[in-house]
Amino acid sequence: MENWISALQLNISETQILTEVADRYSYSFDASFGEYLPEVVVQAKSKEDVIHVLKVANQHNVPVYPRGQGTCLSGGPLPVHGGIVLDMSKWPEKIEVSPDDLIVTVSPSAITANINSAAEEHGLMYAPDPSSSKVSTIGGNLAENSGGPRGLKYGVTKDFVLGLELITPEGEVIRTGGRTIKNVTGMDLTKLIVGSEGALGVITEATLKLMPKPPAVQTIMAVFDDVRTAGKAISKTLTSGILPSKMEFMDQACIRTVENFKPAGLPVDAEAIVIIELDGHKEALAIEKEQVQKIMEEIGATDTILPKTQEEADKIWYARKQVSPAIAKIKPTIVSEDATVPRSKIPDMMDRILEIKQKHNVEIVVFGHAGDGNLHPNVLCDKRDKEEMKRVELAVEEMFQAAIDLGGTLSGEHGIGTMKSPFMELELGEVGLDMMKRIKDAWDPNNIMNPGKIFPEKGQKLVLSDE
Amino acid sequence: MSSLQELQQKINYEKTIDCVQCGYCLPVCPTFETMERETHSPRGRINLVKMVAEGKADIDVLEDPIEKCLGCMACTTVCPSNVQYGQILEGAKDVVEQNKQKSKPQKGVENFLFDSFFPSKGWMDTLGNATWLYQKSGVQKVARKLNLTKIAPLNMEHFEKVIPDLPSPKERKKRANRYISKRPATAKIAFFTGCVMDSMFFETNKNTIHLLVKSGAEVILPKQQTCCGALHAHSGKVDESIELAKANIKAFEEEQVDYIINNAGGCGARLIEYHHLFEEGSEWHERAKKFVTKVKDITQILVELDQIEYTKPVHKTVTYQPSCHMTNVQGVIEPPKQLLNKIPGLTLKELKRPEFCCGSAGTYNMLQYDESMKILDMKMEDVCSTKASDVVTTNPGCLLQMKLGIEREGTTGEMEAVHIVDLLAQAGPVGKWEKETRG
Repeated sequence: MENWISALQLNISETQILTEVADRYSYSFDASFGEYLPEVVVQAKSKEDVIHVLKVANQHNVPVYPRGQGTCLSGGPLPVHGGIVLDMSKWPEKIEVSPDDLIVTVSPSAITANINSAAEEHGLMYAPDPSSSKVSTIGGNLAENSGGPRGLKYGVTKDFVLGLELITPEGEVIRTGGRTIKNVTGMDLTKLIVGSEGALGVITEATLKLMPKPPAVQTIMAVFDDVRTAGKAISKTLTSGILPSKMEFMDQACIRTVENFKPAGLPVDAEAIVIIELDGHKEALAIEKEQVQKIMEEIGATDTILPKTQEEADKIWYARKQVSPAIAKIKPTIVSEDATVPRSKIPDMMDRILEIKQKHNVEIVVFGHAGDGNLHPNVLCDKRDKEEMKRVELAVEEMFQAAIDLGGTLSGEHGIGTMKSPFMELELGEVGLDMMKRIKDAWDPNNIMNPGKIFPEKGQKLVLSDE
Repeated sequence: MSSLQELQQKINYEKTIDCVQCGYCLPVCPTFETMERETHSPRGRINLVKMVAEGKADIDVLEDPIEKCLGCMACTTVCPSNVQYGQILEGAKDVVEQNKQKSKPQKGVENFLFDSFFPSKGWMDTLGNATWLYQKSGVQKVARKLNLTKIAPLNMEHFEKVIPDLPSPKERKKRANRYISKRPATAKIAFFTGCVMDSMFFETNKNTIHLLVKSGAEVILPKQQTCCGALHAHSGKVDESIELAKANIKAFEEEQVDYIINNAGGCGARLIEYHHLFEEGSEWHERAKKFVTKVKDITQILVELDQIEYTKPVHKTVTYQPSCHMTNVQGVIEPPKQLLNKIPGLTLKELKRPEFCCGSAGTYNMLQYDESMKILDMKMEDVCSTKASDVVTTNPGCLLQMKLGIEREGTTGEMEAVHIVDLLAQAGPVGKWEKETRG
């Protein structure tokens, strides 16, 4: 072991190589479950650092786990087999906007929200807005192909990537794609790398697409006395020629929890609310908001609220943001899922979740980006209660199955990581998963890049309790 | 009870479970920014506390990360899960303190600081007077020349230069224990003088009383009051801090007052959390709760009473460095800015990152000098870019640190650090009621 550590030290400053126990423990976790102690943490600050780490690791067969700010909800950066955590977050942040080309070139360490702020200075925007965007690095977003509320209208991270620079597992530099919207030169390796969860190499630079920033936004809140109607209203809106930028859903449990936590004037008797944001030109919004209001009323919303001032609108979005902290007050452990279904199946999925909740006697609240079918059923539990966690594991497994049965997917935006890998075959089939594995084997013959993720290990099952 | 269970209780293990490790605290943590590793972030520290409490790691791993924490609590303001980081930190400090075999010089210095320097009423005047004598007698100049100040413990040489000129002992003695001008008074107020404030910033305390009187209040200075205990708690001396809390609760119960006012963000943050020190339902908990409801910062009460007009223009551009404990623990954010905006002629230019700690953090700048200076230098960059002539603060620690920052930047003479109360006092405060009685 010492051999490879001293090999690392040859070309990288010792201040960037952390071996103290306290430091190693500090990179043993992310925002999901489990902790695994790495032997070393290397804080890469240049392309050369990454090349050196990968060459040494490849030569000595040591696993490498790229990590941004560790906000991952699926275990992406966890060093499950020990080895090297490659901290990319201390790389000097570079954000170079080219307004004439409507693109931005960024370092892997760039904070997602900072990219959007830099774009806004030129009247542009970087649309993907995962809820951790003020913390997360673009490197992590690219690896996990992150989404966010605006995904409904604008798409997710992969829809904004034009080109990448990647260090291969063997320590070679490649560039994929470029700086143009149209580019059909060869196979699309860019799309392959985005969302590959660090299994194919380390991204060291990205060129991203920007778009004009909409000049105005309009918020609408619709109130429903049953969940099915809310689901129908969402589908109806989307098939009426209107594409809102956000359509967020909250069930009654969420509404009441938020109101108990920090009262925001939400209707506590409602079974569900849908919060809509339209964006575009003021004149267009004036027409669209009326259309949306009409649709909501026709389909059976008990009330629609159009905030008159920015303050009132902010209050509604603030309430939406309070869901996570509010539910954290009920029970300490939150298993946040992101199984996603075709939009028309939202009401069916809601029914299935209710059944699962009753069957396993677990507490589940549902909120999320309903407009794109990406619900977040959150299971509230206590990971110290082993018996409860067993029931939670069963409930989560059944939610995955339900999503797949309805033509959906295991993960809309969080990624597979360690948590969902046991269910991959369920969705992809044996051959589908094998083809994916063959790509991985060809890129990374020694399997050093982020092993233990995406692909299930022999006999691996979903485990949410510590031991 | 097993020793692990005992440890878990002491270290507030239960509170660590609330952390979902989302990492939202990372962008606001000054030490995560300057020390560049997760180990020195709130999430990293909570994780280490959890590891230790679960018996997975040795207590030693906590020592450095916990001691390097400023305790600025910026993380608690952004935490979406409402994790009680303050209580985790204090528990961890307590455990670290008991675990470590301290090096002798540090122990000597800490004992001096905590047993003699901060807690008693007697020391306040003594220290103030000694400092005054030192300044007036010319010893200061000689000592500076001979570099004698370098021998003083805890990097005192850096701080000694920025201690303000102090009043004579005679002046100190002149201060009364009760002030009233307007009858009936608008409110009955007990003034918590604070120890550092009363020794080093005696003038500021005088101005505080002046502003309260101008607000039409009756002001009482309870004699038996003592140190708030914040610095003790932040250094893992929990038992001592509880004793001090009891002494203060008792001292301020003697007269029926409407408010207990302080002018030090750090002290105020401690005072409003006194009830957390006692078991719920206990007699002391009840008494503490009554105490806590009356505690307010001077800026809050001035805004609330709204009895003063500022008649003398102050033609300056100033910036405001909020006290972290005032922002993140007391939640007092707007009142200081509201008051500054009342001063005619004054322009307030806000910092880009007001919530970023200045690195003073109680005794942090003495005990962790190098780390503190890295943070201060970042703060000063922000301060200098406002091109303000004055940095306004609301806490003695921040005030001294800002003075030190100005000294380090070499802008002494061009820039000044000032307590908000002193700036308000310069602006010709006149009670609205005074006008009425005259008119």
